[in-house]
Amino acid sequence: MYVAVKGGEKAILNSHRLIAETRRGNPDVPEISAEQIAEQLGLAVDRVMAEGSIYDRGLAALAIKQAQGDLVEAIFLLRAYRTTLPRFANAQPVDTARMLVRRRISAAYKDIPGGQVLGPTYDYTHRLLDFALAAETGVGTPEAAEAEEPLDPHMPRVAEILDEEGLVEREHTDGQEAAVFDLTREPMSFPAGRDQRLQNLARGDEGFLLALGYSVQRGYGGNHPFAGEIRMGEVSVEIVPEELGFAIDIGDVVVTECQMINQFTGSKDTPPQFTRGYGLAFGHNERKVMAMALVDRALRARELGETAAYPAQDEEFVLYHADNVEASGFVSHLKLPHYVDFQAELNLIRKLRREHEERHRKEAAE
Amino acid sequence: MSAARPAWDEAYNFAYLDEQTKRMIRRALLKALAVPGYQVPFGGREMPLAYGWGTGGMQVTASVIGPSDTLKVIDQGADDTTNAVSIRRFFQRVTGVNTTEATEQADIIQTRHRIPEVPLREGQILVYQVPQPEPLRKLEPRETETRKMHGFGEYGLMHVRLYEDIARFGHIATTYSYPVMVNGRYLMSPTPIPKFDNPKMRNNPAIQLFGAGREKRIYAIPPYTRVESLDFEDHPFEVQRWPHACALCGSRESYLDEVVLDDSGGRMFVCSDTHYCATRRAAGHSGAMAEGSVARALAPSAGKQEDSHERA
Repeated sequence: MYVAVKGGEKAILNSHRLIAETRRGNPDVPEISAEQIAEQLGLAVDRVMAEGSIYDRGLAALAIKQAQGDLVEAIFLLRAYRTTLPRFANAQPVDTARMLVRRRISAAYKDIPGGQVLGPTYDYTHRLLDFALAAETGVGTPEAAEAEEPLDPHMPRVAEILDEEGLVEREHTDGQEAAVFDLTREPMSFPAGRDQRLQNLARGDEGFLLALGYSVQRGYGGNHPFAGEIRMGEVSVEIVPEELGFAIDIGDVVVTECQMINQFTGSKDTPPQFTRGYGLAFGHNERKVMAMALVDRALRARELGETAAYPAQDEEFVLYHADNVEASGFVSHLKLPHYVDFQAELNLIRKLRREHEERHRKEAAE
Repeated sequence: MSAARPAWDEAYNFAYLDEQTKRMIRRALLKALAVPGYQVPFGGREMPLAYGWGTGGMQVTASVIGPSDTLKVIDQGADDTTNAVSIRRFFQRVTGVNTTEATEQADIIQTRHRIPEVPLREGQILVYQVPQPEPLRKLEPRETETRKMHGFGEYGLMHVRLYEDIARFGHIATTYSYPVMVNGRYLMSPTPIPKFDNPKMRNNPAIQLFGAGREKRIYAIPPYTRVESLDFEDHPFEVQRWPHACALCGSRESYLDEVVLDDSGGRMFVCSDTHYCATRRAAGHSGAMAEGSVARALAPSAGKQEDSHERA
């Protein structure tokens, strides 16, 4: 046992070779390529890009391959790589109203300008295992029929429709000049602004946010939310290089955005109105952005004068524990040797037991 | 190292981090040295090692190391524990620096859970890996609150906790991460070193730097600084003692690890600081079990070592 813990360099190298062999699996089965992962496990790639905070399908696919499909490990790989990248510019805010929409739904209105666009979704599939996918011949090249008419290019955000009536709170900007908090360059600080919070949630663990969002719905921070709008598609990213002085388009990214609309009964200063929770993530990440929007709204409790009594409303609790790279690292560090501290505890507990026995003996003698 | 090989893996910047990041960390280190024991927030980066495995220490080491430095890495006092090996390999790859197991030859010593037995000297830097920089965290989970407590120097809560130990057990039941007051101002976590090592922090000629990667805090103890372990007049601070000597080198001064030899209660006690133990043995000291097969398996210099590694 002891010798195993003291395993040195050679043991580590051997372990690396063993993991490489295990990852490859049965060599009679063709090796999977990163390209295949990027194309055919696209939603896994989307999650890894979102939580890994790099928009690069190729690198995310490579990370998934290297991590043997362990997405949290793949996210970690991407984050560590991210550390080595220089930052050459800050993008302009992306305008999701100008999104090239692939999917866009609202649960608040039956019909909306621009229409409901179902797009690619598992929502209305029956969750029956499709054995055709396991057939050796494969699935061929399935094709979806083209729509009869093109999408309406004008797709206003649903929250803006309510906005016109003054029924929903205005999204107030902090002013163009205010520098946006950058969680990847600065440590967390409290109380957290909404920019810091949304950055944290956007990279936060999907499972953690899902559970927190769910807890809000079940009554641990009750707020009945409506999915005002969920949209997914391509938006263009622009930067303003100093030497040019005007914005240039550097590429497109696929993002998913969710606007949750919540009841709010008003306070002394504010009339009753709907409030918002916001979610945005790289790729097609609907579960994530819905959960994020729920948690974002829950975390606004203090700002809106609500009593913050539940875990999802507790900003230090949520923001400090949302990052799965931090969380899995610290949980897994328990695998490291702790025998120096354990020895210290052993000594103490032996001493305490000795004293305990002596006391008992004395008491029995009396 | 052969001449043909580059000094370090040039796919990465020297010491992995880019120069701006290193500069940011150095600024945090200078502030930390100027305010001993104060936790300086810094923009910690993701490292290619898991959080909780020494990312803070690695970022500090990466920011202070130069090509001509010699590095020693220990975990639990030992140079050959897996994580120490892994971190040492990382720095060999991204800096190409010389490494050593000899405490006195190292310019920088990165450590987890121990301070070497051999006294450090001026010019050396001891870099601690810190899992939880906040000594008050177990008493108060909120950062907003603990920062206020440090601001006001309000440490009564910690004294109450230590007092409660005395009331319940007859003595303070903290054996590691035993809180210290630095320069009479800031309460500081010494990291999970055993309290045995606490006295070594006081008036140490070396620079002591602490990096907490996950919590994104850096703190420091400049050379020759007052570091006091909390205690009470009638319950003075004391360190662990063993009724045994090291079974390999016979030392009665060092911190000992307990090694389970069999499943019928057989135990031996050996130095946790492997280099200290090996040096003593090389100088002719020996303990009760210095000649046995277990000793051969444990001794880093023994020929059997390679075989036992393969089993691991």
